[in-house]
Amino acid sequence: MGANHDDHHDAADPHGRALRLGIGGPVGSGKTALVAALCRSLGPSMRLGVVTNDIYTTEDAEFLRRAGVLDPERILAVQTGCCPHTAIRDDIAANIDAVETLEERFGPLDLVIVESGGDNLTATFSRGLADRQIFVLDVSGGDKVPRKGGPGVTTADLLVINKTDLAPLVGADLTVMSRDAAAVREGRPVLFTSIREDRSAHSVAEWVTSLVGSWHHQNDHTHDHSAPTNA
Amino acid sequence: MQNDRRKGGMRGSPDAALLLLADSRLPAGGHAHSGGAEEAVRLGTITGPEDLARFLRGRLATAGLVSAALAAAACELASAGHDEQAAAHDEQTGGRDGQSDDPAGRWRQLDAEADARTASPAQREASRVQGRLLIRSARRIWPSPVLDLLAKAVPNGVHHPIALGAAAASAGCDPYQSALAAAYNAVTGPATAAVRLLGLDPVTVHRLLADLAPALNDAAHAACASLIDDVVMEPGAADPFGPYGTANGDAKGSTRGPGWPALPGHAAPALDLLAEGHHSNTMKLFVS
Repeated sequence: MGANHDDHHDAADPHGRALRLGIGGPVGSGKTALVAALCRSLGPSMRLGVVTNDIYTTEDAEFLRRAGVLDPERILAVQTGCCPHTAIRDDIAANIDAVETLEERFGPLDLVIVESGGDNLTATFSRGLADRQIFVLDVSGGDKVPRKGGPGVTTADLLVINKTDLAPLVGADLTVMSRDAAAVREGRPVLFTSIREDRSAHSVAEWVTSLVGSWHHQNDHTHDHSAPTNA
Repeated sequence: MQNDRRKGGMRGSPDAALLLLADSRLPAGGHAHSGGAEEAVRLGTITGPEDLARFLRGRLATAGLVSAALAAAACELASAGHDEQAAAHDEQTGGRDGQSDDPAGRWRQLDAEADARTASPAQREASRVQGRLLIRSARRIWPSPVLDLLAKAVPNGVHHPIALGAAAASAGCDPYQSALAAAYNAVTGPATAAVRLLGLDPVTVHRLLADLAPALNDAAHAACASLIDDVVMEPGAADPFGPYGTANGDAKGSTRGPGWPALPGHAAPALDLLAEGHHSNTMKLFVS
């Protein structure tokens, strides 16, 4: 039965659905603060959904709901059974389910952000879950961290180095971090932020806005057969 | 009954398919469920390998056996042969003309049998979520009209053992193998959760699982033995299974129904309580 059956599952058709943006990084680097900042910046102009992957149930989701940056019903929490990286990389089923639930309830959406649970430098999102991903570090882990690399630091579409306001206090040299990050990332972008000081994380928001714009543009052209071909 | 593996097998290499299906690496969301183990650890019911062994034996003898029987029944239903044509028929007609013997209705009926055997609302929810995730993944891994039909028949998520049996059939497994996979899932999930939560020696815990291997086989055989032949119910005749008989309870005309009401229904009140306690705990790592 079904040997030549098409793979016509509902999930992976990228056309006409929201861009799925993964945000990963170590515990305490500012992932949730960045998600809140993006909701603040992008919420007025985009249709958003957020999926959090908490270590303990709903901590991050509750933080976001309390922050009042997004309709609480547009924030779903996924539990990861002690293995946050498994849920974003090896077995993404529960996260895909949450993303699709948001799209079914509130769609069409422009952007769904999936925030991973705090993890290590090797944690990256599966391409089956996230179309693009941001990895968030902070300066207080020391200025050697970018040099150490790891798939999150080296391959993420955007590396955000947060808490620059703490650099003088922890003796972190931002020039060193910038140089090392550029060296291991082969030209992929790096942005420095202090979300405590800039609660809208405007530089990251600009990057995401551009990403969402090109995502729609790309998909519109792929699927709009009535579009003039000589345009 | 040792050799009665029932009919089944839509594709070749069923043994290899069984390994894939039972592997904890199957991307279907199972890693985030502890089957009550997290709450048992929190309450101090499981503190080490000895407690865990007792927990697993109890779980296998109750919820595990029931899951195995439901998975075997689902596999048998999926392998019944006429479903493929019936599903294709439904695809064309929307399933509303009654000519196809209502395959979607049969799946809903089997799903209701699982509901009737799952007392705890938290367990029902956990089972349906896992079933939904498994169906979604299985439709891509082992595509088949039966899985498409099942996804449409119970859109919010069929119970996990039923999803497992249907996925197993689509992968080429027989009801015995489906039952074995369900029994295996019933103990390996909680065992892994206990390793993570208590820092137990994983080799010690795998030894416990190895010791359970004969019991897993026994459960799968018992599950298949419970699959009795179809029952014909004449209109007006007394339901052979009494007032709690077939879940659809439809007495319009002669109903040819499988003997699902006779499937095992072993209750495990302690597991029900653990599931409910876990559900209301705000500091949990696992979904269930």
